[in-house]
Amino acid sequence: MNASATAQQAPVLNGGKIIDAVKKGGVEYVLSVPDLHTSKGLLYPIAGDRDLKLVRTCKEDECIGISAGLTYGNKRSLILMQYTGFLYAMNAIRAVSCEYKFPSVMMIGMLGLEEGVAPKSSKKFGLQIIAPILETMQIPYEIIDSDEDVEKIAPAIEKAYATSRPTAFLIARRPVAP
Amino acid sequence: MMNRLELLKILKKHITDEIVISSYSTASEWIEINDRPLNYFSHGAMGLGSSHGLGMALAQPDRRVVVLDGDGSLLMNLPTLVTIGRVAPKNFTHLVFRNGTYEANGGHPIPNPKTDFEAMARAADISKACTISTLTDFENKLQWLLNDEGPLFACLDVEQGPLGPRDYKEMYRPERRKALRVALGADPA
Repeated sequence: MNASATAQQAPVLNGGKIIDAVKKGGVEYVLSVPDLHTSKGLLYPIAGDRDLKLVRTCKEDECIGISAGLTYGNKRSLILMQYTGFLYAMNAIRAVSCEYKFPSVMMIGMLGLEEGVAPKSSKKFGLQIIAPILETMQIPYEIIDSDEDVEKIAPAIEKAYATSRPTAFLIARRPVAP
Repeated sequence: MMNRLELLKILKKHITDEIVISSYSTASEWIEINDRPLNYFSHGAMGLGSSHGLGMALAQPDRRVVVLDGDGSLLMNLPTLVTIGRVAPKNFTHLVFRNGTYEANGGHPIPNPKTDFEAMARAADISKACTISTLTDFENKLQWLLNDEGPLFACLDVEQGPLGPRDYKEMYRPERRKALRVALGADPA
């Protein structure tokens, strides 16, 4: 197989489809610290989206608090961050999302994940530990690596809010801009 | 320097239907004198009270949100000022009790008790900011702090209070979060 054939067969992850799925899940607010992995494909389009309200924060743990506060008006939110930000916000996620059972919906950019490699099998330590941490914290997650995976997003958001529990999406492949 | 409990008693006289978010030492005293469904304590991680408050202010735009923060707590989440300054919720009041110590953690001093929080708030584009050192001044400014278009910020110079013990289990009961949801109409009674 030559290189061009391989490129043609590579799965695609369209940022526009992710945004549509997030809206389908009833999300009104996106809370975010920029992440190179999702910058062009998600954050820039979200910033220009008329239906979504973007709150730019300085740190990822702020997002966990703001998201919890929004639930007191039944407002749904998506927390868009890099895996390093997820690690940074760990204590807030432990307390607010897990112990107090707020429906934190986290979309985590897996910057630097090798093509076609599951996050747990990454050679990069920071990426390799994300799924095991989520499992330890009993936070359900979906790996989003292609357009076919996007259909998992809206039902998972619905479930998070229906059960008041956190959920996570690991954005494996860099999304392309709509 | 003000006595925090005396200050809170003045605040209580002016509080009606506001959501009041408080933490640690201030929460202990607030709950003692004004236990009500519209109180909120469950911000989970130190410093996050103002972030929860920002979310509530966006979710409940017709209701004033008052955050009773500590200086140590604010230092733990200092960028919150930048986020609040940018989002600029009109119904948001941030009161920071400055006693110069981590009172809930044994009374150790914060890294620099001379920190000028009012200046920090102004630098974060929160222009309605002040520092208050007397109860008379607090009472005079309270109507403005609770009713003017936000975001508003006040650094309140208080004496260190008692080091504890505090009944956090009582504060963080899930029933309190449920009661707030019901009071706000987010859940049926």
